[in-house]
Amino acid sequence: MTETLTGAQALIRALELEGVEVAFGVPGGAILPAYDPILDSPIRHVLARHEQGAGHMASGYAHATGRVGVVIATSGPGATNLVTPLQDAHMDSIPVVAITGQVATGSIGNDAFQEAHTWGISMPCTKHNYLIYHAEEIPDVIREAFHLASTGRPGPVLVDIPKDILAATMEWHRAGKLNLPGYKPSTRGHPRQVASAIDLILEAEQPVIYAGGGIIRAGASAELRRFAEAADLPVVTTLMARGAIPDSHPLALGMPGMHGNYTAVTAMQQSDLLVTIGARFDDRVTGDVASFAPRAKVIHVDVDPAEIGKVRAADVPIVGDAAAVLDQLHEELQGRLKNQPAPDRQAWLATLAAWQEAHPLHYDQDPDGPIQQPYVIEELHRLTGGEAIVVAGVGQHQMWTSQYWGFERPNTWINSGGLGTMGYAVPAAVGAKAGAPDQIVFAIDGDGCFQMTMQELITASTEHIPVKIAVMNNGWFGMVKQWQKLFYDERYSGTELGTDIPDYVKLAEAMGCVGLRADHPDEVAPTLEKALAINDRPVVVEFRCDPDAMVFPMVPAGGSNDDIALGPEDLT
Amino acid sequence: MNHVISVLVENKPGVLARVASMFARRAFNIHSLAVGPTADPLFSRITIVIDGPDMEQIIKQLYKLVHTVKVTEMVPGDMVQREVMLLRVSADRTQRGEVLDAAGIFEARAVDVGASTITFEMSDDPERLADFLELMKPYGVVDLAKSGRIALGRDAKSKNGAKPTLRSA
Repeated sequence: MTETLTGAQALIRALELEGVEVAFGVPGGAILPAYDPILDSPIRHVLARHEQGAGHMASGYAHATGRVGVVIATSGPGATNLVTPLQDAHMDSIPVVAITGQVATGSIGNDAFQEAHTWGISMPCTKHNYLIYHAEEIPDVIREAFHLASTGRPGPVLVDIPKDILAATMEWHRAGKLNLPGYKPSTRGHPRQVASAIDLILEAEQPVIYAGGGIIRAGASAELRRFAEAADLPVVTTLMARGAIPDSHPLALGMPGMHGNYTAVTAMQQSDLLVTIGARFDDRVTGDVASFAPRAKVIHVDVDPAEIGKVRAADVPIVGDAAAVLDQLHEELQGRLKNQPAPDRQAWLATLAAWQEAHPLHYDQDPDGPIQQPYVIEELHRLTGGEAIVVAGVGQHQMWTSQYWGFERPNTWINSGGLGTMGYAVPAAVGAKAGAPDQIVFAIDGDGCFQMTMQELITASTEHIPVKIAVMNNGWFGMVKQWQKLFYDERYSGTELGTDIPDYVKLAEAMGCVGLRADHPDEVAPTLEKALAINDRPVVVEFRCDPDAMVFPMVPAGGSNDDIALGPEDLT
Repeated sequence: MNHVISVLVENKPGVLARVASMFARRAFNIHSLAVGPTADPLFSRITIVIDGPDMEQIIKQLYKLVHTVKVTEMVPGDMVQREVMLLRVSADRTQRGEVLDAAGIFEARAVDVGASTITFEMSDDPERLADFLELMKPYGVVDLAKSGRIALGRDAKSKNGAKPTLRSA
């Protein structure tokens, strides 16, 4: 029996068939028809206060759950407000599907009210996008959108639907067979390349696994750990890969890059083999590319062939899914080890251990204050036993969190890596908590970041999504100030926010949250304990932090990783 | 150096915009671009002439577009390539015979003749178009339109056997 549905009803049913449980969004004129059937759907709609927030919520949800995040917005300004979260998800390969309303087909191109060329605007910031012209297309397009968002190299997909198409009727049918003749992401690596990779790994004297966010996206943490242990390979985890291997693991070296620790940076720099998996030689990792890891041969495993050779030539390129290729590498290695001894890495591992001993991450918490941000992070880790999903914005607080939080599991670290989107933390935390309600979701945010998207705490309160937010209030755009201090002769142009306005406690209360404040190091632990004890409402904890603290180690932008500075004295 | 790449894409709305947008976004410099349907109406062929240098990256980025089915970098000797040019040259009555004689040698067809100009249509290998253009310059080039290059790989049989009957390329 045929069933006649409106395009809007078909859309919501198609989303249900994809297993969507929650969608983040903001309604408006053109998307109105789609909002009506949401009332009759099991899909939970979380009403964000700004479309950018809704987009980051979808991303936070995807990070925390590994599933596709969904965001809904209207035409024109609703869609343009999604540009930042879409580009953010694109840079970090986060699976997100965005549904946007569009003006009616007859008005497209006429500069109609709330019209924007969403398809064109979103083209470079999505993996793929659609503009639907017939209601009959809806089931197939939604199926394709979820398939594209979640397979191969994941990413955001946008579906733009004109209002008259949402209102039109169609004979409901389920999506047919996928019709994507040009889209065939590889999963398994080429066996000959896998064998060549093992050749290099067995020969290498100073190898390092350079693990990137692709490990997290592929759910390949267990495979990574097993292979690293079998081949006795130390592992650096990039900003996007924190938690891919437990930081407590003896082979874990922590984060490399601009604010990476000495051992992780120098291990790559002196390595003779980089076993690169799901990483892309980002400039924040390599510093000056010409002098990056000059002796190293490169094995490069990536599901996206375009990443291989884009920045650094690969000696052994392997296109494939990180988990599948790690399995293949492991199997190949086991075969070889039947006939030859495992390589002796004692000298290299001893060197690394000596560096860790000589150059640990380091900060001083004066008991009389001011509060140092790493101290707050370490205390929170102690009080939670590390059992929390940690979310950050962008800047000093993000780097300190990545440095000092001991990550033990994947999908517990949510931040904006590639795009560096300030204001990411609050909405991403809301999305993460919506997807993982049984876990503590604690955002470590800067005061500058917080002020960009804090209104999403209203969403958190009204939707009963009890996130916890630490606002590291140092009164400045701290990272920008750090650069002005180091490279602009301490001329602080446009970076001072002030410490006392807004009053974060009152602001939190006004948004339906509990507001707490800690001014002194002694208050850090008790205040965090209070925050952890409140689970019926969102909590905002303001920490009055040292305005002059700087993140180290540091490799100045464009500098060589050989010149890693462990403190300001190294930069003169 | 100019490279010719032939991109087989799904014949979907906006596919040309996707290709052009990707080239702009990645700062790849397009020399010419021509698009049209193939024998199968489900697919179109886009022929792009581009100044490298990193052809591998360009081809990989093309493959990343969901609607891209196949990308072929054409090998200079193993393809036929054509471009159409419309060229309007100054030629009054005293020069007309001379200009037409030269055009005859190049097999350029006069498609419009006015009191002081002649417009030629010529479809050929880009180098021959360039040669003809050079020859016409002294008379005064009034206007010029080019189609962008199109290309197909040579049939395997014609690659090492009989020379094709075509003039050049």
